Amino acid sequence: MIEFFQQLLNGLSLGAIFALIALGYTMVYGVLRFINFAHSDVFMVGAYAGYYLGRFIPEHTIWGGLAALAVAMTVCAILGVIIERLAYRPLRSAPTLNVLITAIGVSLLLQNLGQFLFGATPRPFPELFPVTLFIFHGIYISSNQLVVIGVTLALLFALRFIVLRTKIGTAMRAVSQNPKAASLVGINNDLVISFTFALGSALAAAGGMLYALNYPSIDPLMGVLPGLKAFVAAVLGGIGNIPGAALGGLLLGVVETFVNGSKNWSTYKDAIAFALLILMLLFRPAGLLGSFTKEKV
Amino acid sequence: MRLLLATCCIAIFTLSLRAAEPIKIGEFASLTGKQASFGQTNHRGAVFAVEEINAAGGIFGRPLELITADTRSLPGEAATVVKKLIARDKVTAIVGETGSAAALEAAPLCQAAGVPMITATATNPRVTEQGSYIFRACFIDPFQGTVLAQFAHHTLHARRVAVLVAAGNAYSVGLAQYFKINFTALGGQIIAEQKYAEGDKDFRAQLTAIKALQPDAIFASGDYVESALSCAQARQLGITAPFLGGDTWDSPALIAIGGSAVDGSYFSAHFSPEAKELAVQHFVHRFRARWGELPDTGSSLGYDAVSVLADALRRAHSTEGAKIRDALAATHNFPGVTGRITMDAHRNASKAAVIFTIKAGQFVYLETIAP
Repeated sequence: MIEFFQQLLNGLSLGAIFALIALGYTMVYGVLRFINFAHSDVFMVGAYAGYYLGRFIPEHTIWGGLAALAVAMTVCAILGVIIERLAYRPLRSAPTLNVLITAIGVSLLLQNLGQFLFGATPRPFPELFPVTLFIFHGIYISSNQLVVIGVTLALLFALRFIVLRTKIGTAMRAVSQNPKAASLVGINNDLVISFTFALGSALAAAGGMLYALNYPSIDPLMGVLPGLKAFVAAVLGGIGNIPGAALGGLLLGVVETFVNGSKNWSTYKDAIAFALLILMLLFRPAGLLGSFTKEKV
Repeated sequence: MRLLLATCCIAIFTLSLRAAEPIKIGEFASLTGKQASFGQTNHRGAVFAVEEINAAGGIFGRPLELITADTRSLPGEAATVVKKLIARDKVTAIVGETGSAAALEAAPLCQAAGVPMITATATNPRVTEQGSYIFRACFIDPFQGTVLAQFAHHTLHARRVAVLVAAGNAYSVGLAQYFKINFTALGGQIIAEQKYAEGDKDFRAQLTAIKALQPDAIFASGDYVESALSCAQARQLGITAPFLGGDTWDSPALIAIGGSAVDGSYFSAHFSPEAKELAVQHFVHRFRARWGELPDTGSSLGYDAVSVLADALRRAHSTEGAKIRDALAATHNFPGVTGRITMDAHRNASKAAVIFTIKAGQFVYLETIAP
């Protein structure tokens, strides 16, 4: 029984990171109707931002960790806006496929630029937050796991708040529903889209840093696999749907952990994750929480 | 007299002209990417060996020229660069790779082209089974598996051991296999074998399953990144059993990533700079003067691979593939810095292994186990 709860916790902390990345995918999709494949590489940049900041910030302090998190999120928000401005905006009226291929191009560019600038050798990530171990009825919980779950929940609610309760959020939803009508009522579409990218990239940065805190070895290709998993999570939950992305991420993390912990099935982990995706697309194409009629952001 | 002098001059001139034509040695190594830490040190060892040989006058008067290609730690890349080394650079012989997976890609190509290949650190037995032109300067995984199983059983007194394997990695799967066979033969019990995908970073699920079985020790045959991360996560899950690993652990990055979690772990290796032999100490001294760092397993085996090849070239007195192959196969009791090297019937070096432990963030030499 203890093993079951331990695995559940392991799965939730892994799933929380998938959820955090999935939120960024789903938000950009919600507004622009396209998958930003460069998202997983912004995730990598976020981790490297944390790595370099770690040299200036004392390790094992909460304020230091939060400061690094905030700066990494800002750096990636700016990066996201630049990517959108240079790579996607010129293609605003082009077919979706062109933008999609451009996104893959940007992804490859960031990966190779990362190998060029940071070097391809994996680097150890500093312990930015203080690390303590809690033991609760035989279940071991590391403070880093709690930080991951906590930050993911906080960002999820902040995102919900921004989208549903603020002026810019209302504008985002308007652009999502009908960009032309939105601009007719005086919404600056470019600004709203830039903001969406900034927000999504900031989430990716947070995901990257939390991932690196939990698995302290970073390299320029570190975003590829988690990014792919998060994409699956976003589709599972219903792409474009914010709570759906979180739910999909957690579900995927838990399923993967239980498969990994099983005796004979661990090598089928990725096969099972993607089989889940195929099944979902076959029987419920809109995802767990998604629907075709509901407005999405 | 003057005529004689002129003839001498011409003779020397032609000789030096011929001497200027170098013997090309191809090297393929993971200089960047996941296994860069090994590729880099291996490369420094090979470069150092070539420099020393050339400073001493080369081989039958001709200098060695090392042509290096990067495999970027990517699957498929080794085959590509080795094809290039053979076809375009027309190398006489090839040294590399550090990893078994990459060496396995290149070995059939070298065999087909009749170019002798000697790997410094690829320990999977299948590498030299690819053909008569493929050699290695290190011991093989069955021996390493035996050594680690003996160590776990006799020194650690472990009886129930769990195994953590990187499925899909030839080295990891092979080493785990030999460890299991030998450990059960000694009367020990393998209580669990958990697998993960190569490159995974989360091992909590596998470790939680292992923890429930309460092993005496955990044998992790994956690379240093995976093993360091799994040690750290094991400690966070409250697992106190010691970890054991193979020669791929021998990298400073293991400690940088694993931190205090890798303290008290053990691994087998090819070489210890703390060994007392005079030849080793001289090598350590010269190497440090050249590169400003202590030689490790990778660099000393890289050095030995080139030295063994140079020795064979010298004895063959030819750059013909078949002759070099025969000379390599006849290598007997060659005084390498990692021990006396004799090629066995399967073209593997038979030599001793050393066991290291990690104490307060330092590799500490424990013992040497002879074959």
